[in-house]
Amino acid sequence: MININEVSETNEMIEKENLDVRTITMGISLLDCIDSDLEKVKKNIYDKIYNKAKDLVKTGKEIEKEFGIPIVNKRISVTPISLVGAAACRSSSDFASLAVVLDDVAKEVGVNFIGGYSALVSKGMTPAEELLIKSIPEALSKTDRVCSSINLGSTKTGINMDAVKLMGEIIKETAEYTKEVDSLGCAKLVVFCNAPDDNPFMAGAFHGVTEADCIINVGVSGPGVVKTALEKVRGKDFEILCETIKKTAFKVTRVGQLVAKEASERLNVPFGIVDLSLAPTPAIGDSVADILCEIGLEHAGAPGTTAALALLNDQVKKGGVMASSYVGGLSGAFIPVSEDQGMINAVEAGALTIEKLEAMTCVCSVGLDMIAIPGDTKATTISGIIADELAIGMVNQKTTAVRIIPVIGKGVGETVEFGGLLGHAPIMSVNKFSCDDFINRGGRIPAPIHSFKN
Amino acid sequence: MKKTIITVVGKDGVGIIAKICTYLANNHINIEDISQTITGGFFNMMMITDMNEASKPIGDISDELAQIGEEIGVVIKCQREEIFDSMHRI
Repeated sequence: MININEVSETNEMIEKENLDVRTITMGISLLDCIDSDLEKVKKNIYDKIYNKAKDLVKTGKEIEKEFGIPIVNKRISVTPISLVGAAACRSSSDFASLAVVLDDVAKEVGVNFIGGYSALVSKGMTPAEELLIKSIPEALSKTDRVCSSINLGSTKTGINMDAVKLMGEIIKETAEYTKEVDSLGCAKLVVFCNAPDDNPFMAGAFHGVTEADCIINVGVSGPGVVKTALEKVRGKDFEILCETIKKTAFKVTRVGQLVAKEASERLNVPFGIVDLSLAPTPAIGDSVADILCEIGLEHAGAPGTTAALALLNDQVKKGGVMASSYVGGLSGAFIPVSEDQGMINAVEAGALTIEKLEAMTCVCSVGLDMIAIPGDTKATTISGIIADELAIGMVNQKTTAVRIIPVIGKGVGETVEFGGLLGHAPIMSVNKFSCDDFINRGGRIPAPIHSFKN
Repeated sequence: MKKTIITVVGKDGVGIIAKICTYLANNHINIEDISQTITGGFFNMMMITDMNEASKPIGDISDELAQIGEEIGVVIKCQREEIFDSMHRI
């Protein structure tokens, strides 16, 4: 039988160490909403999402109350809209009007984000996909809750450099369209290499075409819990360090699995996956950077950071994988800058640069995340940063991503405030040297040799 | 079996258990086990209860117990047992 110490341990994790379930994300296929009449597509999308997700928020709240565990976000991911709208949309504005429908239905069912304003163009772009990509600035400036993601490369296909070039321009344009709110649109836009079909986390969530009609995916969290556990083993060797992380990750993930199963039963929707990610928030004590410091670094970014992050990421997976029947999504430690107070401190102290963050993304999920850069950064430079990050993903057969915000009107030394879970960030400096000729070549980078496994 | 764990944490005082047990009895909730410790004047109690016959949903009971806790100056939480089981048992 459960004893009083175990109960206290769990409740302390929840009350003092920010243990929570970060998100319940309902993935909904919109493939059956396709029609050649735009108005019909809009109605189909609204009706299907509303019918599937109308009880999502209520059910989430019931589970929170009964188990006493906070479920921070309830969200929806849908089939990439470039596929759903391909037959009906003749212009970028047509696509943007679908984004408005997504935003309306998200507000109606009460979810805080809806992901899937997406296109998968890792090898080439169809005309519809190009239209969707070009509609992103308009779509993200006209909506509040819609998130957009574009898959630009994969280990199997290589990197679509035409699309990388285009996305550099689109990110700049999105920043311009939303400059009144510190270019917030770019915080809801992410580009990927090897994007997973079942990611529950925003801004990159979409419901892949390999998925069932409707599923429940859950993202757990708990950097604070890991940090507190590690405080008790200060000065001990790596074996003890790793075992402690593993055991803690197991406990955290079991809660996620429980919530996922419960939500799936109550909503009568199959359970998809648990995403084993350590996702920080701007709240004090909910930071991945603080774990790195607890492991023994003065600041995230100091020499040793990549190794510390590698072991953290690996132990989280090893502990989590046994705790859940299906693991998927991104599954790894997140290192967003603006959403993690420890990362912000590291940047402000001069310990952490974009180049070091890039190195860190080789050993964890997911990539250069929530990084504010000067608003006058050239589009080709942004494309160059994207190409570097995608190359890491392509060659290492892992997911990598870039969510970067060129804040219009601001420069290095200033800070930007996004609010809520998106946090605030110091503007980071970007390498000033040009990569114009590289980006302007056009075409695609072939798949790496080790992708030919057949 | 709908089991819940009720925890009570706060400054020790007269009649804490009595007040909670009266509420549970009125709502047809059976107490299966009680353990408690008092350290440094702080009261820490855990009850395992059976809510199969309970007259209200767990969510309501949880709210009402939290309310009673506020009245007598302690923190009362009521959570389904599975969250502890899943975390501490394989």
